Amino acid sequence: MPSRSTLLDDRAIARALTRMASELVERCHGTADVVLVGIQRRGVELAQRLARLVEAQEGKPLPCGKLDITLYRDDLQAVGARPVIGETDLPFDLDDRTVVIVDDVLYTGRTIRAALDELADFGRPRRILLCVLVDRGGRELPIQPDIVGVRQETAGRDRVDVLVRELDGRDAVELARAEG
Amino acid sequence: MIRPILIRGGRVIDPSRRTDGVADVYLADGKVAAVGRNIVGEDGCQVIEAAGKVVTPGLIDLHVHLREPGFEELETVSTGAMAAAAGGFTAVCAMPNTDPPLDNQGAIGFVISQAQKAGKARVYPIGTISLGQKGEQLSEFGELLSAGAVAVSDDGKPIMNSHLMRTALEYAKTFGIPVADHCEEITLAQGGAMHEGIVATRLGLKGIPAAAEEIHVARDCILSELTGGHIHLCHMSTRGSVELIRRAKAKGLHVTAEVTPHHFTLTHDACDGYNTNAKMNPPLREPEDVEAVREALKDGTVDVIATDHAPHHYDAKEREFDDAPNGILGLETAFGLAVTQLVRPGLIALPDLLYRMSTRAAQIFKLPGGTLAVGSHADIAVLDPDVEWTVDPGQFYSKSRNTPFGGRRLFGRAEVTIVRGRVVYDRAAPPGRLS
Amino acid sequence: MSPATLGKDLVGLETLSAAQILLLLDTAERFKEVSERPIKKVPALRGKTIVNLFFEASTRTRISFEFAEKRLSADTVNVASSGSSVSKGETLVDTARNLEAMRIDMVVIRHHASGSAEFLGNRIRSNVINAGDGKHEHPTQGLLDLLTLRDRFGKLEGLKVAICGDVTHSRVARSNIWGLKKLGAEVAVCGPPSLVPREIGQLGVEVMTRIEDAIAWADALNVLRLQLERMTAGFIPSLREYNRVFGVTRERLARAPKDLVIMHPGPMNRGVEIDSDVADGEHSVILPQVTNGVAVRMAALYLLAGGSPDWQHQGGSE
Repeated sequence: MPSRSTLLDDRAIARALTRMASELVERCHGTADVVLVGIQRRGVELAQRLARLVEAQEGKPLPCGKLDITLYRDDLQAVGARPVIGETDLPFDLDDRTVVIVDDVLYTGRTIRAALDELADFGRPRRILLCVLVDRGGRELPIQPDIVGVRQETAGRDRVDVLVRELDGRDAVELARAEG
Repeated sequence: MIRPILIRGGRVIDPSRRTDGVADVYLADGKVAAVGRNIVGEDGCQVIEAAGKVVTPGLIDLHVHLREPGFEELETVSTGAMAAAAGGFTAVCAMPNTDPPLDNQGAIGFVISQAQKAGKARVYPIGTISLGQKGEQLSEFGELLSAGAVAVSDDGKPIMNSHLMRTALEYAKTFGIPVADHCEEITLAQGGAMHEGIVATRLGLKGIPAAAEEIHVARDCILSELTGGHIHLCHMSTRGSVELIRRAKAKGLHVTAEVTPHHFTLTHDACDGYNTNAKMNPPLREPEDVEAVREALKDGTVDVIATDHAPHHYDAKEREFDDAPNGILGLETAFGLAVTQLVRPGLIALPDLLYRMSTRAAQIFKLPGGTLAVGSHADIAVLDPDVEWTVDPGQFYSKSRNTPFGGRRLFGRAEVTIVRGRVVYDRAAPPGRLS
Repeated sequence: MSPATLGKDLVGLETLSAAQILLLLDTAERFKEVSERPIKKVPALRGKTIVNLFFEASTRTRISFEFAEKRLSADTVNVASSGSSVSKGETLVDTARNLEAMRIDMVVIRHHASGSAEFLGNRIRSNVINAGDGKHEHPTQGLLDLLTLRDRFGKLEGLKVAICGDVTHSRVARSNIWGLKKLGAEVAVCGPPSLVPREIGQLGVEVMTRIEDAIAWADALNVLRLQLERMTAGFIPSLREYNRVFGVTRERLARAPKDLVIMHPGPMNRGVEIDSDVADGEHSVILPQVTNGVAVRMAALYLLAGGSPDWQHQGGSE
């Protein structure tokens, strides 16, 4: 039987996001020219929450975009049925901006590699940072996060589920450990 | 000397004399020598045990395409006559749309000599109505008949010129032969690839309306009335045609008609998926048409079942529907389809079916055969109407394989076929394929 | 079966389910945005080889497919066979076998014979997309029409669409009928009875013989191209008379109870089936149709690639 445990409950997520928002402003030396890009799906919601938290702290809203990396996946030739494509909406110029990529879980790094490629086709940011709620280890590419909610080493067959109120009805980060 | 044959204990059906009962049939010197109980043959005669089988005059097909001369890669007189024998046919009438067409004595004589060499089913050539099947000038009917032709037809092409049709019917009366017409009003049918109906509409194929056949049937009946000539209507496929023939016959006109096994079996649905093996001319029609031609066979409006056996090379059918040739093989599936579609559902009794596949065919083309009367040709089919089998085109004796019936379960097939008092086909000891 | 599955080939809309058609439209919706990017190219089909096999001249459809393929980073080869009949040269079977031997991933085929796309699809392992086969179907045109209508009206359910003109010879009409009916629209066909199949009503469409009736009834008109050779073949007396009796004109539209959206698959015969001021008017969506064409074709290519052949597993010997 796989065992299931909660890594973060709703209050822990709120605390983590508040800290991440502060760290983000600190790392970016303020909010000037900073844009958030959420990776479809749950990265989009997390980016919007971070934007609201930054606005609460700094009194200024951060522009928020959405990025779907499906068409840039490096395993597209291998997967059978085509994955559903989410919306990409970057309602701002990327040139000379500080782009903060927001995603729920960082694992192999391949999603972020695709996101970097895709962003490069949209413009030339001055700097790109990576912000994730969970870093579960297991990297296959030299990619590291700049801002992290929680770090948790996992095995390959484990599953990390991030649930968000907007899509799932509640906030939680859960770890399903495979047997053995 | 031919070794005499005793066919013992079969159900002997002779539609020419309306007899049906268990008996022995004795064949000697190429003739029917005796039919009766407990016949004792002379020493050394060949005995065929026919208990549980049907012994009947060999089937006769008034409409086949043997492709020789000119298209020997599709079929030859020899392979066609062998396919006929394997289907229980002892005689077939070969249409003249060969290359060159059978519009002269030499060509007719060639087909007859090829058939004699093959020594399988008898082959009666049909001469052309018009020289070169061009629809312009009459062929020399007298010459054709003296060489062995039994009828005239431009089959494959309709006689569009009504004057020519009129004179053909009139002139044929001199010889008492039928004029067989392929009924298709060309200006309506042109470019059509299948029956005009919902399936053609869905598939985006140009349709051939039933009216194209019916207009032509009506004209031919009217010309038969005008001339008193014998019109034989090939491969009737529509309800309207059947009604026209029924009316013509009620008037006493000299009109006869045939229907193919595929037209009483399949509808235009068979063309779905652009199945080129369901492409024929006339095209497969609608369920009401199938119903009508079956009914017409039952009540005699249509006289005979003829196969329109039309061999084509496999790669000719392996192409776009519009460009594929018309027609399918018929000889080796005809009896099975007839039993399965007409006899087993109770529409037509077996003796009546054999009448339409043998006796009636002999009558309307004035051919020998179609009877077991003592002294008649020893052309006999031993049939098993109850055996169930699966159509495997790979096993056909025909050179070609174009059939939509591959894999179909059928009831009824030929066991032994005897022509001129010799066994030309025996399922228990099947001959090798010819080439 | 996963919902995101189209099967191997896109031959027509008749054989697709409503869910599959919606998947194509929703995917196309995403691809619209790709064509608006500064770099109009994504790597989704990188390494795929696609042959555009056009046995019939069609600049518009071929270019649209080519843009779609290039924007997905596929490698493309155009083969145009100008001869109207393959019987003159290589048969379609041989063409298919040759493509197969070259390990092509996808074939986009335009052919004058109905059923040719299905024929090809049944004989090669590569994906086949029908870019118009005879009078049968033109599925990507049907899809782009659906997408354009959905853009304009927000939904297709209950929408009244009249397909006007030469229905008999139109693959666009057939694909539209299937697609619209499956997504819940009401469909009418309108044209001279000599250019409308007698049995078309069995497909669940209204049949109208007066263009005025279609205009009074419909929310949108899809005006079919009238092939000029229909006149010489005796289907209609003259182009002038066709325009007079069946032309979609400003005067006729002015009498409609509401503004009608006007579509045309192109290329137009201005002044025959459609007047210039209608084609260029404010309710014409003829250019958005063209824009949507690229998105729809990208969607079809992207989705079919999921069912691609894996040549390595076939142990190819050539």
